[in-house]
Amino acid sequence: MTLISATLGHAAPYNFAYLDEQTKRMIRRAILKAIAIPGYQVPFASREMPMPYGWGTGGVQVTAAIIGPSDVLKVIDQGSDDTTNAVSIRKFFEKTAGVAVTTSTSAASIIQTRHRIPEETLKSGQVLVYQVPIPEPLRFLEPRETETRKMHALSEYGLMHVKLYEDIARHGHIAKTYAYPTMVGGRYLMDPSPTPKFDNPKMHRSAALQLFGAGREKRIYAVPPHTEVVSLDFDDHPFEVNKFDKPCALCAAEGVYLDEVILDDRGGRMFVCSDTDHCETRRADGHRGELLGSPIEQKEATHVA
Amino acid sequence: MSPETMSADDQPLLVARGVTKRYGPHIGCIDVNFELFPGEVLAIVGESGSGKSTLLSVLSTRLDPTAGSVGYRMRDGVMRNVFDLNEAERRLLMRTDWGFVHQDAREGLRMGISAGGNVGERLMAVGARHYGEIRSTALDWLNRVEIDQTRIDDAPKTFSGGMRQRLQIARNLVTNPRLIFMDEPTGGLDVSVQARLLDLLRGLVADLGLAVVIVTHDLAVARLLSHRIMVMRHGRVIETGLTDQVLDDPREPYTQLLVSSVLQV
Repeated sequence: MTLISATLGHAAPYNFAYLDEQTKRMIRRAILKAIAIPGYQVPFASREMPMPYGWGTGGVQVTAAIIGPSDVLKVIDQGSDDTTNAVSIRKFFEKTAGVAVTTSTSAASIIQTRHRIPEETLKSGQVLVYQVPIPEPLRFLEPRETETRKMHALSEYGLMHVKLYEDIARHGHIAKTYAYPTMVGGRYLMDPSPTPKFDNPKMHRSAALQLFGAGREKRIYAVPPHTEVVSLDFDDHPFEVNKFDKPCALCAAEGVYLDEVILDDRGGRMFVCSDTDHCETRRADGHRGELLGSPIEQKEATHVA
Repeated sequence: MSPETMSADDQPLLVARGVTKRYGPHIGCIDVNFELFPGEVLAIVGESGSGKSTLLSVLSTRLDPTAGSVGYRMRDGVMRNVFDLNEAERRLLMRTDWGFVHQDAREGLRMGISAGGNVGERLMAVGARHYGEIRSTALDWLNRVEIDQTRIDDAPKTFSGGMRQRLQIARNLVTNPRLIFMDEPTGGLDVSVQARLLDLLRGLVADLGLAVVIVTHDLAVARLLSHRIMVMRHGRVIETGLTDQVLDDPREPYTQLLVSSVLQV
């Protein structure tokens, strides 16, 4: 049992946060390089983790390398704190690092995410860690790694626009709704991981540090605080985020990303916040959506009283 | 004539000096020298293995030479050795001022991307960001290479061989290049399609004042398109001159053999 683990009282067989110290240093070096070159994919010696590839091995390694005993960790999966992936990773760090965990966005110092950015604006000092399946935005356009690296080196990104052109020619609009390509700091083309394009504007000049880890592909990249992140588009087909017809059925929030939830087998459905913490906070503050008694009814009730 | 126009027309666009390419002990091409002027079409002919394709690859920087230099007069009028350019400059040159028409259109096209996307790619690569303008330019070029404009959203894999070749030409010409390399552009096409393609090429080359280096083993293609001709054998240029002169009155025994080998219908 090491000194640190003894003082923190976490499970003894593990080094703090599972990875050995040499590995953490190696990952930190990659992270520092990634921060120094915003949007550039830094190769790193990704380790085997006690979970399958595709379950966030990259994000977990990044989190393990940056987490300290005083950090407060939040883990979300598609915006939700209580799905299998989020719960498992949260428990993993509780067990191996003994850190405090939370579901509150504002209380967390590190937020590991699978495919969403919290609705609440992130603050300076917070770190958002993304789990990335395929870090290379040009991968499906150009299969050769040697060639895509050359394209990044020479900033040759015309091909990405060819993809967007094809979308408009075929569908009348840019049909890409997630993993929507962005330019970081005017230099590197970056895949924002499969977040919905709704979240792209939140990356732009964010006060929080954004780190991206791809475990299987062995790449780390970063968007330092206040960095420009611009979604690609055409002058006559500008970038637009997804729009929703209705507010959240539970908390009546507008301008947030909604999930469709099937209620019964007769076509009943509701649209609710994908960010569960945001939705719960709003309900605790007294906001009521359609399903919890419509706001209009409430207003009338107050009026009568 | 003003000095500017003189310099544009009277100075060579492409200058090859002692271009040599060896593949270990084997010879690609040896000590090739020539000058190509703006608007001029040069045909390189010879049998298979004579080094003409190697020479074309070296000239277009797709292969590094063992010795020699290739000078190119850039748009600013300065002659530069293309092998001294850095990779970014060279790639920019290849997709703006140069074009390369492959024998097999599959090498020169993106087969899974629509015809419009194929034509527009070079425009987007040099910064075009207006969908409407890119599309109208693509439509205009499809029209110029005689492809039905309603096919703009179809992928080239649904096109015939002749259409693919014409699409490849449009894709190359969209950025108004000054120099085009062609490697057997009519190879593998049947004769009537060949004739239409040659007709189209001849018109475009004349209209746009393109300089062309065309590699072919088909002397009829050389006669129809080119002003000058270079005959290669075993990696060396053995005869060079005006096309009509060389084909009508060949001096070298090998050229005589080549000319007399053409089947007469």
